[in-house]
Amino acid sequence: MNKVVKNAEEAIKGITDNMTVMFGGFGLCGIPENVIRVLAKTQIKGLVCISNNCGVDDFGLGFLLNNKQIRKMVASYVGENAEFERQMLSGELEVELNPQGTLAERIRAGGAGIPAFYVPAGYGTEVAIGKEEREFNGKMHILEHALTADFAVVKAWKGDTNGNLIYKYTASNFNNMMAMAGKITIAEVEELVPAGQLDPNFIHTPGIFVQRIFQGVNYEKRIEQVTTSNPK
Amino acid sequence: MGLDKNQIAKRIAQELKDGYYVNLGIGIPTLVANYVPENIEVTLQSENGLLGIGPFPTPDKVEADLINAGKQTVTFVDGASFFDSATSFAMIRGGHVDLTILGAFEVSEEGDIASWKVPGKLVKGMGGAMDLVASAKNIIVAMQHSNKGQSKILKKCTLPLTGVKCVKRIVTDLAVMDVTPNGFKLLERAPGVTVEEIIAATEGKLIIEGEIPEMKL
Repeated sequence: MNKVVKNAEEAIKGITDNMTVMFGGFGLCGIPENVIRVLAKTQIKGLVCISNNCGVDDFGLGFLLNNKQIRKMVASYVGENAEFERQMLSGELEVELNPQGTLAERIRAGGAGIPAFYVPAGYGTEVAIGKEEREFNGKMHILEHALTADFAVVKAWKGDTNGNLIYKYTASNFNNMMAMAGKITIAEVEELVPAGQLDPNFIHTPGIFVQRIFQGVNYEKRIEQVTTSNPK
Repeated sequence: MGLDKNQIAKRIAQELKDGYYVNLGIGIPTLVANYVPENIEVTLQSENGLLGIGPFPTPDKVEADLINAGKQTVTFVDGASFFDSATSFAMIRGGHVDLTILGAFEVSEEGDIASWKVPGKLVKGMGGAMDLVASAKNIIVAMQHSNKGQSKILKKCTLPLTGVKCVKRIVTDLAVMDVTPNGFKLLERAPGVTVEEIIAATEGKLIIEGEIPEMKL
């Protein structure tokens, strides 16, 4: 089953105005740079984006934000982006902030066919407003609903032609669950190999969750905060 | 007068126990890693998907795919593991993390905490803080006792909450306090700081029993 597409341009075919799209990554770590770059060159607008963060002013999802291609953002932490704050406070951008673990689990649940679940996070805060509350084992919980998307776009270190994926270090983050939650999942990888070349013992995302895969180019892999220690 | 950020971190490090899995928040809590006592072993969890955080890398070892929850480049220790965000929060929500140390804008005498939003001014998002405070077995807050003369140790929080009735212990620049059903119980005072100064800087109910010892740093 060959899922390989040529490049990001071919991979995004079918993404249209007002769709819901998930983007993997934590901060700028593990983001699908190729697809974001190509989407920013299109006229596609009104997107509902689900991503832990929204890039920075001049990189990642910040590109789509600057072009006003995003109508609504579902995220957990957006503190690194001045244009985001401006669009949110002016009401141009609709924002739904989630506790990070709740966001991760909503996506996992969406991919796993679980429509809703209870969590303690957010009980007694504004996150709980309008949500069903219930006590389990003496502790209050709130009902959270699963998230799915028309497209999920993820980035992995290595992938094969069957769509199996392996992530590097902390770049798995939201990618692994989002791959499960897209009606169509696009995976861009640094290294694409024929099926059979990756050890099946060490696959993170099984290929069943991935519909399109391509080898990305020109990865910038920008670092938000380079922190170092002195050599001993 | 009072402790600086590193001294607050040093005092909190005394709360660590051998074998603990610990999640450190951004800011002062991150500094706690520098003061882990040499005779114990703790494993640091980063909610973006790393169990076993190591020191910052030397300049030649910087790796874009290896960061902590503050988006800083880090390394990992022997025996570390990497995982996705859902697994990471299963560790947190499932109660497998022994201790959470995080910062706050305000805490209340009932143990409520506000740390993520100042309406109209600053909206960064809650990140993992709401998940952490709702599920950690033990929560220590590292913070300044007051800001420009305004106490941050309150009867009730004024800012949007991160969690309710969850804070167990607070270490500020002035004092160590526990949250009890009757209010903040003063345990220790910073070197050179008097009980009277702590009373003056605390808006919430403060319980003072007997001599209050000075912190040992």
